[in-house]
Amino acid sequence: MPNHQPSLDLMFQALADPSRRLIVERLCAGPASVSELAQPLAMSLPSVMQHLQLLEGSGLIRSEKVGRVRTCRLEPEALSAAETWINERRVMMERKLDRLGEYLRATAGDEED
Amino acid sequence: MTERSVVHATFVINRTYDASPARVFKAFSNSEARDRWFVRSENWPVAEYTYDFRVGGKEHGRFSPDGKMTILNETTYWDIVPDQRIITAYAMDIDGNRISVSVATIEFKVAGKQTHLTYTEQGAFLDGFDFPAQREQGCRELYERLAEELEREGADA
Repeated sequence: MPNHQPSLDLMFQALADPSRRLIVERLCAGPASVSELAQPLAMSLPSVMQHLQLLEGSGLIRSEKVGRVRTCRLEPEALSAAETWINERRVMMERKLDRLGEYLRATAGDEED
Repeated sequence: MTERSVVHATFVINRTYDASPARVFKAFSNSEARDRWFVRSENWPVAEYTYDFRVGGKEHGRFSPDGKMTILNETTYWDIVPDQRIITAYAMDIDGNRISVSVATIEFKVAGKQTHLTYTEQGAFLDGFDFPAQREQGCRELYERLAEELEREGADA
């Protein structure tokens, strides 16, 4: 697995804000224009641009302007599809093992150890 | 055409439970218990499921998390040491395409009145991450996870 440790702090910082998380979540579905990203957010366009700059600075997203439209996409280098996928598997297993903990708590009195 | 690729990765998950190794092991060996915390824990509609917990035995499951995508899980139990260790090899398919083949080792270690569980998965992760639906779901979950992590860090600070 590639080591992304140095950029992780910046990524965490960038994701510490709910609006920026919304933007990233939207970009999970595919590239989007700035106005598309701004649409569900209750804020001015300059504020949206600020958030996008921060996200771009963290390496999570990149944007390019074609004509009058600026399109943003997730930066595959920051978060490769493979890492995402493998991480999803880990998260799924973590959830299951948490459920095992809940199950063990719930059945604690049911039987002799 | 799917571009063929293999990524090898290992991940380790640790958990400590307020239960004896025997109770934790039983949550794996007993099919009713396993059904409760493992098979149905995701609330995925279960299309098929069989469980044969013994060395050489198989676990077979077919699920559809969103009613569209089909996930197939084929597991073989290769090593079982009661209350101590379970080793499986398992393959996963999404919509008929093999996406991973892994060895999963689950170790139980007694720690006073608790049990320390270590789950180690060593996998060959195949072309699966090229499927957009999977990528999107994986991406979402990763960010949810990061958000949770941040909230935890925030609470600790």
